Amino acid sequence: MAGAGGGGNSDVQWCFSQVKGAIDDDVAEADIISTVEFNHSGELLATGDKGGRVVIFQQEPESKSQPQCRGEYNVYSTFQSHEPEFDYLKSLEIEEKINKIRWLPQKNAAQFLLSTNDKTIKLWKISERDKRPEGYNLKEEDGRYRDFNTVTTLRVPVFRPMDLMVEASPRRVFANAHTYHINSISVNSDCETYLSADDLRINLWNLEITDRSFNIVDIKPANMEELTEVITAAEFHPNQCNTFVYSSSKGTIRLCDMRASALCDKHAKMFEEPEDPNNRSFFSEIISSISDVKFSHSGRYMMTRDYLSVKIWDLNMESRPVETYQVHEYLRSKLCSLYENDCIFDKFECCWNGNDSVVMTGSYNNFFRMFDRGYRQDVTLEASRENSKPRSVLKPRKVSTGGKRKKDEISVDSLDFNKKILHTAWHPLDNIIAVATTNNLYIFQEKLN
Amino acid sequence: MSATTAMEVNAEARRILAVSISKLYASRTQRGGLRLHRSLLLSMVMRSARDIYHSSRECEGPSDAQPTQEEPMDTSSSLEEQTGLPEPVQPEPQPTLNSTELPPEEPDSAEEDSDSEITEDKENLSPTRQSRKRRGKVSAAPDFLPSKRARLEPGEERYAAPLGSCRAGAGESLAALSLNRVIPAF
Repeated sequence: MAGAGGGGNSDVQWCFSQVKGAIDDDVAEADIISTVEFNHSGELLATGDKGGRVVIFQQEPESKSQPQCRGEYNVYSTFQSHEPEFDYLKSLEIEEKINKIRWLPQKNAAQFLLSTNDKTIKLWKISERDKRPEGYNLKEEDGRYRDFNTVTTLRVPVFRPMDLMVEASPRRVFANAHTYHINSISVNSDCETYLSADDLRINLWNLEITDRSFNIVDIKPANMEELTEVITAAEFHPNQCNTFVYSSSKGTIRLCDMRASALCDKHAKMFEEPEDPNNRSFFSEIISSISDVKFSHSGRYMMTRDYLSVKIWDLNMESRPVETYQVHEYLRSKLCSLYENDCIFDKFECCWNGNDSVVMTGSYNNFFRMFDRGYRQDVTLEASRENSKPRSVLKPRKVSTGGKRKKDEISVDSLDFNKKILHTAWHPLDNIIAVATTNNLYIFQEKLN
Repeated sequence: MSATTAMEVNAEARRILAVSISKLYASRTQRGGLRLHRSLLLSMVMRSARDIYHSSRECEGPSDAQPTQEEPMDTSSSLEEQTGLPEPVQPEPQPTLNSTELPPEEPDSAEEDSDSEITEDKENLSPTRQSRKRRGKVSAAPDFLPSKRARLEPGEERYAAPLGSCRAGAGESLAALSLNRVIPAF
C-alpha cells in the first residue's frame, strides 16, 4: 500500500490502535454506527449512530516520548443531533438515525459540521471554551446579583482559565425540503453552498439560508408507476464548484454542470458500463445498484461501490471504468440467500486515501478490503477484538473459494453476515483509518519504525 | 424443456415471490416508513419472478387454463421489463426460456395483457369479488400467496378499502409499485 506521503511503498503494515464502543455482544440498536467522517485536517473524527447522536473524537498531539505512535483519538464532544419525529400528515415516524456527517472546512476557531437524518439537515457549531470572565462588579461568581450597597470599588472583569469545555450548538436547521429519504449531503468547494439528495431529488442550499432551497435535479416521473431508478448518492466535485455527480440504482453515474441550466435534469456526462452478459442473473439489477460515490482528492477520478465491486472512473471516459476491483466475488453464487437474509440490500461505502493511491471498502465478517491502484495489490483485514492488542500488526485474511481450504483461510459458509463493515474513513493526510463495525469504531494506524 | 426443470424453475420463482411479498409486508411496519429504493428493488425482483413463473407455466402446459385471477398482472406500461433467470437454476432451461422472454418486452406484455383482459377483467374487480374464483384443476390461488386477509396491527380496525387505495399513510412511495394494485394480499 502506498503511503500517504506520495512515494510508492507497498509494504505498509497496519496496526491496531484503538477501539471505541461497548464490548458486549448484545448490541443496543441506538448504538449502531451509521456514519464515520474525518474532518479536513484529520484532527477530528466524527461518528453518527442510529440513536441520533454524534460523537466527535480528537487526536491527541503526538507525544515526544513516543514518536513512533501517532496521537490517539479521544472523545472530544458528544451531542444529540436528531430526535425521532412524527409526520402527522403521512402517519410516518421519522427516524433519528444519522445518515451522513460532512465537515465544513475550518474558517475560524470553531468547527462546523452538517449532520442529516432522513428528512432534516442541521449545521452544528462545535466550539471550545477554556476561559471565563471573572470579577464582575454587580454579580457574584455564582451569578447571583450583589446588593448594590456592598459595592464600594470598581474593577475590570478579567478572563481566567477554566477546564476545557466543548460546546455543540445547532446553528441552522434545514427542514421540510425532502419528500423522500435523504441519502447524501455534500459541501461545495465554494464553502457557501451544499447539496442534499433524496431518492428522487437533489436540492441546493446556501449554508446561511434555511427557509429556501433550490431543486437542481428531479427524476420523479409524472406517473410513479413508471419509476425505474432512484438516486442513491450524490457529491460535489472537490474543486469545481459547478460540478456534481449522482449515482443511481441502475448502476449509472451522471455528472452535471450547474452552469448549463438551473435544473440539471440533463446530464453533462453519463457513466455507465455495459453489463457483462455472462454475469446476468436474477438479481443483477439489485447488485448493480450503486451504494456510494466518491471523488478522488484530485478531482480527476471518482469511485463507485456496488454490491460486489469497487470501480474507478476517469471523468474523461464515460464508457467504462478504468479500474474494477472485486470486493467479495465469492458471494456471486450466494445472491439468492443474501436476498433472503436481506444482506443484498446492504449499502457499503468506500473511501480514498490521502494521495488517491489506495481505496478501501468494507465487507462481511468484519472484513475490510484495501486496493492499491499503483501496485495492483489488494489485502483483506479484519476488525475484531481478538486482534486488539496495542500496536499488534493486522494479519491479512483470506476467504477460501475453491474446494480446498488452506489453514488460516475461512470458508464462505463460515462468514458471519451479521458482522458487516459498511462505513470506513481514511485520514486525509496520514495512514490512519477508522473502520466501523456494527457498534464499535476501530482505529488502525500504519506501523512506523 | 423438461417438465422437472420447468417445475423447479416454477417452484423457485414462487419461493422468491413469497419471500419478496413477506419483505414488502415487513417494510410497511418498519420505522421511518417505506423506503422507495428498497421497494423498487423488491418490485423488480417480484416482476422477474412473476414473469419466470408465467413462462415456466406456459412451457409446462400451454393447454392449461389461463393464469388465475390472483396472478399479479402489470397493466401499466413499465418502460423496462428486465427478465432474468432465477439464480440457482441450472443453465439447461436457458435456451428455451430465453426465447420466450427476450423478445421486445412492450409488445409481449401488451399482448399478454390484452389476452388476459379479454378473458378476465381483473382490473375492475374489487378485492372482495376476487374471491369468486374458478374452481377446477388449476388451483384458484397460487399457494405461495397468503389466502388470509392482511394481518391487523393491535388496535387496528378492518374497513372496506376502495381498490387502488389500500395503502394508509404510505404516501407516494408505494405508488411506485405497479404490482400492488392486484396483489390480493394487500
